[in-house]
Amino acid sequence: MSNTNSLNRRKKMMTWTGIVMLLAIFLLPMTGYISTGFATAAEEQVEATNPKSDYWRQVRDNTAGYSAVKGRETNELIQGSGQNWRQLRNGPIAQYGSWLLGLMLAVLAVFYLWRGEIKLSQPRTGKTVERWTLKERRMHWLTAGLFVILGVTGLSLLYGRLVLIPLFGHHGFSSYAEIAKWTHNILGPVFMVGLLSMIFNWFKLNFFNKVDLQWLKDFGGMIGDKHPPAEKLNAGEKMWFWSLVMMGLALCFTGLVLDFPNFDQQREVMQISHLIHVITAIGLIAFSFGHIYIATIGTEGALEGMVTGHVDTAWAQQHHDLWLKELNKKASSDK
Amino acid sequence: MAKMKFLCDEERCIECNACVTACKNEHEVPWGVNRRRVVTLDDGMPGEKSISVACMHCTDAPCQAVCPVDCFYTTEDGVVLHDKDICIGCGYCFYACPFGAPQYPQEGAFGARGKMDKCTFCAGGPEEDHSHEEIEKYGRNRLAEGKLPLCAEMCSTKSLLAGDGDVVSELFRNRVVRRQGRQEAWGWDTAYNVK
Ligand code: SF4
Ligand code: SF4
Repeated sequence: MSNTNSLNRRKKMMTWTGIVMLLAIFLLPMTGYISTGFATAAEEQVEATNPKSDYWRQVRDNTAGYSAVKGRETNELIQGSGQNWRQLRNGPIAQYGSWLLGLMLAVLAVFYLWRGEIKLSQPRTGKTVERWTLKERRMHWLTAGLFVILGVTGLSLLYGRLVLIPLFGHHGFSSYAEIAKWTHNILGPVFMVGLLSMIFNWFKLNFFNKVDLQWLKDFGGMIGDKHPPAEKLNAGEKMWFWSLVMMGLALCFTGLVLDFPNFDQQREVMQISHLIHVITAIGLIAFSFGHIYIATIGTEGALEGMVTGHVDTAWAQQHHDLWLKELNKKASSDK
Repeated sequence: MAKMKFLCDEERCIECNACVTACKNEHEVPWGVNRRRVVTLDDGMPGEKSISVACMHCTDAPCQAVCPVDCFYTTEDGVVLHDKDICIGCGYCFYACPFGAPQYPQEGAFGARGKMDKCTFCAGGPEEDHSHEEIEKYGRNRLAEGKLPLCAEMCSTKSLLAGDGDVVSELFRNRVVRRQGRQEAWGWDTAYNVK
């Protein structure tokens, strides 16, 4: 009896085991369906937005698609940033830029009328010291000349339509602008070489120190009769140098991006580059007005240094006394 | 006065590129330049859509606004044309254009740009109609012959429509009503400030 009982129990167990195994064989592979089922449900929720409006969003967001026509961004339908670029360039940049340049000229003119040329306070001694070597002067005038050419041609592209077309007519201005464009594009990289060599050669002279602070407090002797002490370069010249380093390098770099469109840089990159290029250029041109004013009609004897290379010791004593002292010390120790 | 417009029905465009080829052939545009192109979004996926795009002849044209030598003009028909004798190839119109229409034949090394070329709505340029100069510089002037742009004329599914904006939009509206869709004239808000 017990034997048949145990046999029955074994049979029952085997049947159940068989059923469970069969179920497992059928059901386990189905878990794949179950999990993907959940996944698609979740996905459907994400994609619940209207496919049609998704499509139009893609069109507007310049999503890259496919186009059989190959070229720069030919696979995009609408780029929105061009309108922003247009508005910034034609609006605030052109407007405030012209104000800044005009204001700078006006301030200088008023200052000149009020202060006049800053004369030498002592008569010339007739003795001169060397201020800029021939190499330095060449570098300066090369860069300065290119700066003027690039400035004029560049501003012509920004303001020519407003100012020059009424004067020369469309065809006349166009012939000039064509030459201006080529000149600008070819001389730009040469200017960069000049700028870099100036930066490397004059880097050491341009660190700020306590002397400069005092010089700035006294407005560099531009206002009042004080002659604040200065080294070979005063704080004003150093400020000009550092603006050339920062804005000038940004100007050159963005210029290269615009000058060589053959690397398939995107339109947005060129728009941003162009904006930086114009802003830094106008800033530097405004600053250069000040530099040119001070170095020419603003200060007696200043231009001689960059033209002949030598300055009168009376001038050196008045404007760069610490530098003269150092020169004298060196001269006497050399003896 | 008619205001010429392009409209591409994205439900119909089958990306056959016939418009691109027709234009290229009709105007013998310079090497490397295509005045029209077809863009396909979601290519090879469900819901794939294609649109043929060229210069849309915008109402308040960005290219015109930024051109430093002011060489663009809008004709009485609302077609935006430019004068290649004045263009200096600066690239500004290419930066500003929402539709990527302006193209440049490469002139010299380093990708230097030649004079800009773009779709003329088959309306030539400032030269005398059908003159040798006009064909050389701008291609054929079909509008002056009373014909519409060839790309649209060639379109086998009539996806691409070209002509007076009112007529085109009426045509499209009827079509959309019949297929019970939503009217969505591609690019019209950008180009013409209308939906
Ligand atoms: S589509 Fe581009 S090139 Fe044509 S009119 Fe508009 S901005 Fe100008
Ligand atoms: S490339 Fe020619 S048409 Fe375009 S903005 Fe420059 S000058 Fe004007």
